[in-house]
Amino acid sequence: MRLKKGIPVIDQGDRLGFWGGRFGGNFVPETLKKPIEDLEIQFNKLKNDKNFLRERDRYFKNWIGTPTRFIKLDNLTRHVGGAQIWSKVVSDANGGAHKIYNATVHCLLAKRSGKKVIIGDTGAGYAGKMLSMAAKKFGLKCKIFMGAKDIKRQQPNVKAMKKNGADVIPVYSGSQTLVDAVSECMRYWVANCDTTAMCVGSTVGPAIFVRICGWSTSQISRELKSQLLDEFGDIPTKLKLYNCVGGGSSSFGFWNEFMDYDKKQVEFIGVEAGGPKKSKRHAAPLTYGSKIGILHGAAQYVNQNSDGQIEETESISAGLDYPGISPLHCFLKDTKRARYTAASDEEALKAYQIVTKYENLRPSLEPSHAFSVAIKEAKRLSKDTIVIINSCGDAYKDRDILEKRLGKKYVKSN
Amino acid sequence: MLNPISLAFKKAKKEKRPALLTYTVAGDSTKKQSLEILKAISNYADILEVGVPHNTPVADGGQIQTSSYRAIKNGIKMNDIFKIVSDFKKIKNSKPVIFMGYYNMIYQYGENNFIKRCKQSGVNGLIVVDLPWPENKTFSKKCKKNLINFIQLLSPTTSNKRLKSITKDSHDMIYYISMLSTTGGKLKVSPKKILSNYNKIKKISPKKNCVIGFGITEKTISNFKNTDGLVVGSQICKEITRSINNRQNPVINVSKMVSILRKKIS
Repeated sequence: MRLKKGIPVIDQGDRLGFWGGRFGGNFVPETLKKPIEDLEIQFNKLKNDKNFLRERDRYFKNWIGTPTRFIKLDNLTRHVGGAQIWSKVVSDANGGAHKIYNATVHCLLAKRSGKKVIIGDTGAGYAGKMLSMAAKKFGLKCKIFMGAKDIKRQQPNVKAMKKNGADVIPVYSGSQTLVDAVSECMRYWVANCDTTAMCVGSTVGPAIFVRICGWSTSQISRELKSQLLDEFGDIPTKLKLYNCVGGGSSSFGFWNEFMDYDKKQVEFIGVEAGGPKKSKRHAAPLTYGSKIGILHGAAQYVNQNSDGQIEETESISAGLDYPGISPLHCFLKDTKRARYTAASDEEALKAYQIVTKYENLRPSLEPSHAFSVAIKEAKRLSKDTIVIINSCGDAYKDRDILEKRLGKKYVKSN
Repeated sequence: MLNPISLAFKKAKKEKRPALLTYTVAGDSTKKQSLEILKAISNYADILEVGVPHNTPVADGGQIQTSSYRAIKNGIKMNDIFKIVSDFKKIKNSKPVIFMGYYNMIYQYGENNFIKRCKQSGVNGLIVVDLPWPENKTFSKKCKKNLINFIQLLSPTTSNKRLKSITKDSHDMIYYISMLSTTGGKLKVSPKKILSNYNKIKKISPKKNCVIGFGITEKTISNFKNTDGLVVGSQICKEITRSINNRQNPVINVSKMVSILRKKIS
């Protein structure tokens, strides 16, 4: 298996949509073949269409607010005492997380294809919140599928979705989390694909959704690349990019523009959710060696039993609480371009405490996983190493969990 | 010699009626009971679809999901499902059995192993909901080589060009999904429209037995008397759930329901 240079990773799949001949594909019911093919044709055309790119850039700039900040975390760097620690504050984006890029692009596509309704899944609620924002902006009706357990633990985002006029549809099947929300959303699309567009909330699902999402979030690394050039005059010779990985949309977007650099120069570190310290129900299929299986239309490493039933996961972070992982990350792992590891719930909480103590930055529980590993590794790295963590979400949505686990003083009003 | 699936269609045709195909989930609500149900309904049904339960089904509605989750919760495993089929095949009026499920279960078992076990236990056909054409080309060839029918699915969204390629690559039986819906949805398209699509398929591929599924119930089934075959699934699963909730015997209730279905198309 080999990563090609000079070709965007999203376009390195084969004719049937498999990366490395093995990951991704289109394991979908016959009914969805046609709408998926329509979307493929539309996307392949528009991603090279200058007018469409101008339109995208205009909304990214004026509505999402690009570029998001790239800042040095001086106090944290001093406290850790090793590499320079920086952060790309993607939570600056309108709505507070990277999910806005994919949501905006899907709404632009839906609008162009004349669809009146857009549906989406959500775990932490960010994908849903952003889709509801974008749908409102572009005059589309919006339905969001969300696990009943997640609805309970991510109330601030649920309220935001409803305020934006979206229907939030609770999913009671299975573990009542993201995996079930994605299934239910796909089922709804099977039954309504003639009138309705679907947005998959991460770089998962049938190949076209993986590609659209990866293409959209790549805005993050495009910005970072020029910010690095502004700051250092060149791409640093020792650069390490840390990102949490659930489905894998923010990490892929954070890394994409640096794909062709040697990994000795630009290393990618993906941090999965290890779950509670003593639990075996992690959400870290790449770290803990899960087998390849089919989930939500794509072949990927996924937590499952020997029969092929998908296993329930457990993580404090709803956004990472998913048994599978993007085919793109399976590909990056097996080609050894990226390195993957995991942080536990407790480690993520600890990292959140450290970051908020030293910096005026409030990463949500998802990026707190990445901070945990970055802080640990930065200690042992030289001072000329540049460590960058993608702070891809804001902790406002986690206030209930943070208050319960850490006490009131860690929750600021917003 | 005709394979058992084609033979079942031929028999029904001789009686001037569509073949009746039933769908029940293996292990619903227990291994033993699902075998009892198969035995009882095989008195009236011509072909038995046996659902292989999966816990992230992307094409099944509430009724079949409920049955599947119930079976999985009660501990059903792939090897138990093969055992149910081989036990069923031992009874004297056994009928052709078709597995219906999702590809991951086959993938984890290993394609070749899976086909081997199908042959050993007497499975005659496979419907793999999330392995569409052309992705299924290699696997369906393997099935054919082993005298197992790989049943291709067609839907209202299938283009004419695709329709031709798919039917060309299909075996003796094809399955037409009546409408845009998960299983168990209410029939939201007129029978006339469904039949016109059905006839379009038959025109392209007159020799293949084409069944219609999704939205077929006691209420709607008699609209489709002039077809090769009809599949009833969700309504049966619903009846199992209802029986359990009312502390009644699902075997008796389901068998009664299938006998009525059969009468309506005879």
